[in-house]
Amino acid sequence: MLARLQQGHRTIKFPDEKPELPRRFRGRPTVDCAKCASNCRMCVDNCPTDALKKDNNALSIDLGRCLFCAKCEIECSNGAINFSREHRLAARERQDLILGGEELKPAEALDERTRKLFGRSLKLRQVSAGGCNGCEADTNVLSTVVYDLGRFGIQFVASPRHADGLLITGPVTENMKLALEKTYDAVPDPKITIAVGACAISGGPYAGLPQVHNGADKIVPVDLYVPGCPPHPLTILDGLLRLLGKIK
Amino acid sequence: MPTSNSIPLYNCQTVDTEQIPLIGINEFGRIVIEGVKAGKRIASYFAVPAGAKGFRLFAVLADDNAGLLFVLSTEVSEKYPSLTPYCPQAHLFEREIAEQWSITPQGHPWLKPVRFHNSYIADNASQKEPPMPSVMDFFKVEGDEIHDVAVGPVHAGIIEPGHFRFQCFGEHVLNLEISLGYQHRGIERAMIGGPDKRSINYMQTAAGDTTTGHTTAYCQLMESLSGCTVSPRAQTLRGIAMELERLANHSGDLGALAGDIGYLPTSSFCGRIRGDFLNMTALICGSRFGRGLVEPGGTGFDMGPQDCDILTGKLTGALKDVNVAAKLLWNTSSVLARLEETGAVKPELCRELGLVGVAARACGIEIDNRYNFPAGIYRFAQVPISSWHTGDVFARAYVRWLEIQRSVEFIRSQIENMPQGKISARVKPPLPGKFCVSMVEGWRGEICHVGMTAPDGRFSHYKIVDPSFHNWTGLAMALRDQQISDFPLCNKSFNLSYCGYDL
Repeated sequence: MLARLQQGHRTIKFPDEKPELPRRFRGRPTVDCAKCASNCRMCVDNCPTDALKKDNNALSIDLGRCLFCAKCEIECSNGAINFSREHRLAARERQDLILGGEELKPAEALDERTRKLFGRSLKLRQVSAGGCNGCEADTNVLSTVVYDLGRFGIQFVASPRHADGLLITGPVTENMKLALEKTYDAVPDPKITIAVGACAISGGPYAGLPQVHNGADKIVPVDLYVPGCPPHPLTILDGLLRLLGKIK
Repeated sequence: MPTSNSIPLYNCQTVDTEQIPLIGINEFGRIVIEGVKAGKRIASYFAVPAGAKGFRLFAVLADDNAGLLFVLSTEVSEKYPSLTPYCPQAHLFEREIAEQWSITPQGHPWLKPVRFHNSYIADNASQKEPPMPSVMDFFKVEGDEIHDVAVGPVHAGIIEPGHFRFQCFGEHVLNLEISLGYQHRGIERAMIGGPDKRSINYMQTAAGDTTTGHTTAYCQLMESLSGCTVSPRAQTLRGIAMELERLANHSGDLGALAGDIGYLPTSSFCGRIRGDFLNMTALICGSRFGRGLVEPGGTGFDMGPQDCDILTGKLTGALKDVNVAAKLLWNTSSVLARLEETGAVKPELCRELGLVGVAARACGIEIDNRYNFPAGIYRFAQVPISSWHTGDVFARAYVRWLEIQRSVEFIRSQIENMPQGKISARVKPPLPGKFCVSMVEGWRGEICHVGMTAPDGRFSHYKIVDPSFHNWTGLAMALRDQQISDFPLCNKSFNLSYCGYDL
């Protein structure tokens, strides 16, 4: 009892209050094409996952490939790329993650019928398909007292048969492909799929290796993409709540 | 063993590959078998292609007492006499060599796939259908009332995939066989031809919960191969990052153990405290897992005086909280009843299997690379070895608690004595024709990286041994003659990496 008093109440007030993020947190990057020198391709050439593209001086960054290492920001002497502390990164469509100068379109909620079904109770089955345990850990942490996922009606369940959808991490290794397909099939319709982390969106650092399938949407349809390597727990939570229309 | 049959190396010492003795296969086998009998451990053992249809086998034997690594090599073609019948520590390494290069260790009693991929030789020649994971002959116990329990690859919680096959008589587990490989991404192969812009990302995600451990092993290797000196300040920052990683995972594990017993107070407290430690890493580098913190040549981030103050404050608070949470475990008899005498591993078995890290120290075997093979800051600041003698789940939990206290002490004193200076030095490309072994004590145990460079200075071979590679067999043995309901508890007490094993 005394221990309980000592530990105190620890659940954060998210989403009602703005979350506290570390000073050096690397969130959503912004690209300023006007500052990009026409003859320079340094960031494009040095990006480990080819997240940056430059066509006719139009620089763009693909959040689905980005590992948020911010090497490009450091290397760019003109300040054309800046990593902000903005944690909101999730998107409904793959191409929405590719940003030129524009703002990221916030993830839209599910259609009304699906939201009626899942809005107050969403049960998810997590499948790690080659994940490094980074995305898994930051998903797992949502169930701790700090984030208290249960208060939003979201819960991770032990069986796909009890689930309304899958949350997938990892680039989908060849050896997990069949297990992922079977788990997906075992979830009753209608169902949703969420891809968490650069690996699950694009293969991340493993994109192009023969042992992986470059992301979950190569195997199953995906309804929500949550970028990061790994995404901050709040980035994942923000995505989930937007999908359910609890944050607009 | 100062003979010309092997070359003694310090941790992170680079030599010309030419200098590594090449001896006959019988002599090679004898030295490994006798070395292990005399108390050495196989830290690494792998094959490298050498000329037409031939391979060179390298073994790295760790002599913990002397703090030396003995490296030896031999040449083989399609087959060679297996060491495993006389040296169980070799068993998984020989299976790995067989799977990767189609070299048969003759007389191997347990020759099965490790990661379920095509042989590397088949890459170029005829493409076979790749093997299906866990499609192999599992050990079978015969008898009317014996039944199989198959678990995974997709588990009940949010964890990585793996397959567990139990042979049970009622609730009683007679044998557990663990079949992994689901997470295989091909990291070691992808490192060849490097270092390149992705190498560091492979290291950060080899086992994502051990980002600092694997990245430090890689960076030490790169620095040794290229003759780069890392500043004392960067070494200190790396040490802080390494201990924060240990703190986060150890306290998380205490919580997870409590959760598996159904003891909710410690489970909820530690789940949160783990996050507090991860956030301390994020305080330094912006990433909760230390991505971008350790880099070849030093560190990517520095700590200002203000950061140091904040970290010290947070550390003190977190230690107080984890102290309360851990004491609840040790003072609750219903918790102790579940921890004590569950999943015990005998010290003899531990030595025979070559277990490392927390699992070994929980058997009373005092090995810790921060002490036996210190590199970086650990050469100047010693961390006492924490051990317990009972080998059971309790011991593995208790050693974690002891190490939590030591790690906090270590970080505090490092912050107080932070050297001045730069945090990063330029790293030149690795020198050609070199061989280097780099070891660190990750939070699970010994992480061993071996790098070899080609005449052009690029990696011609890269070998990673995660502590989980040694310890999964320990978990399988710990389950023998236990109740199957104790599996989650035993599994958590080891908390091994799937991706670190699968690579």
